[in-house]
Amino acid sequence: MARYDRAITVFSPDGHLFQVEYALEAVRKGNAAVGVRGTDIVVLGVEKKSAAKLQDSRSARKIVSLDDHIALACAGLKADARILINRARIECQSHRLTVEDPVTVEYITRYIAGLQQKYTQSGGVRPFGLSTLIVGFDPYTGVPSLYQTDPSGTFSAWKANATGRNSNSMREFLEKNYKETSGQETVKLAIRALLEVVESGGKNIEVAVMTKEHGLRQLEEAEIDAIVAEIEAEKAAAEAAKKAPAAPKET
Amino acid sequence: MKLDTSGLESAAPVWGAPSELVDGFSAAPSFEVPNTTDFDGFQKEAIQMVKPAKGTTTLAFIFKEGVMVAADSRASMGGYISSQSVKKIIEINPYMLGTMAGGAADCQFWHRNLGIKCRLHELANKRRISVTGASKLLANILYSYRGMGLSVGTMIAGWDETGPGLYYVDSEGGRLKGMHFSVGSGSPYAYGVLDNGYRYDMSVEEAAELARRSIYHATFRDGASGGVASVYYVGPNGWKKLSGDDVGELHYEYYPVMPSTVEQEMVEVGGA
Repeated sequence: MARYDRAITVFSPDGHLFQVEYALEAVRKGNAAVGVRGTDIVVLGVEKKSAAKLQDSRSARKIVSLDDHIALACAGLKADARILINRARIECQSHRLTVEDPVTVEYITRYIAGLQQKYTQSGGVRPFGLSTLIVGFDPYTGVPSLYQTDPSGTFSAWKANATGRNSNSMREFLEKNYKETSGQETVKLAIRALLEVVESGGKNIEVAVMTKEHGLRQLEEAEIDAIVAEIEAEKAAAEAAKKAPAAPKET
Repeated sequence: MKLDTSGLESAAPVWGAPSELVDGFSAAPSFEVPNTTDFDGFQKEAIQMVKPAKGTTTLAFIFKEGVMVAADSRASMGGYISSQSVKKIIEINPYMLGTMAGGAADCQFWHRNLGIKCRLHELANKRRISVTGASKLLANILYSYRGMGLSVGTMIAGWDETGPGLYYVDSEGGRLKGMHFSVGSGSPYAYGVLDNGYRYDMSVEEAAELARRSIYHATFRDGASGGVASVYYVGPNGWKKLSGDDVGELHYEYYPVMPSTVEQEMVEVGGA
């Protein structure tokens, strides 16, 4: 089979791989995505650009499952994402076949990151223009995990992270407000982070939660609206408490 | 002087050869076929000749406390006993054992290779590979060499997160999960004793004695098995070699020679 022998991703004199950095630019222009890990739940949230009236929104899902116990959200070039996701799905099944065991979150993250790295060091190809947030539960220990990969092929585990548009502001928010949460609290934290940079409303964000028992579940628009309303109410209450002088203690 | 054989060549065009007359066709892919009357039978015979008989007795079984693995130590080439001290239980890693039956080189090499793969898995995934996974890796490799003359009849025994595990894997590519297996020419005899004495709730000593006895009885009746009966135990902390007894000595332990009274004494006949 003919193979290209000229690499496109090459070093610059001061040690940069410009193609990889340009790919990271593409990620920065992609939709905002956030992931939060709780003690018994993992949450992924993605900004949804307003859907065209005639588009079937269900065909444009941004949070996908790789296996029964692993889900992925990404920011960047969606076409590249599709290819990567397909390869990851095949690897999940291939692993089940060769060792009769489901993949761990770390394994599939390592695989995806390895694939992204390969495309920064091969002839005739460009790097994938996306960063992924991968969540799931370890098939044996049941421990939840959140990992992030980027176009350079590096990956690491996170308690909470964001990528895509305005990811810095979201990450700052998460750093300030993160604490160990479980269940609905984790969902609220993820949505609050997203709302920092996205117009509020259920039709502008897509949220999915994964638990050990029930797997991946996409939240309905109405559900998201309800949580957003809760968050707004909490925010308003907090504002009011700050403005009003502290009431004297009743004796 | 080279003979002129042009008269023997047929006038008709050779079938399959690309020729200007038969344009558009490309020759069907073909390979040289041996010159025999019965091609299929010939192939089967060739495989039978290459496939060495699995002259050995190995067995393994799962019981309450873990897995017991035992084997003899004789290597034979036809009627010639080439060695009485072959290590037929191969230590893949501290918590997994493999048994050898069939081609010694094949078993040793592929078990060593499996050990490498298991270690690499540990390093990459920061957790030990399961017995299921290890046996599947070996079975997939053997399947890819199917029909090429490998002769391996092995059992993979180990202890992992899910408890004791025992799989039978062979060079045909087969892989079976089970509670007891015996492999080799002496296996029918070993099965007889093993199936008779097996109980799930045995202690380690009882299970070891059962394994030892089964190997001994197989070596007694099967000419291709003998030497030393080795017994290994695989528990939650890994494997441990329990004993290695010469089967000749075991025979006199189980069936000591009883001094018996003389039936008829030979009397010396007097006279010239």
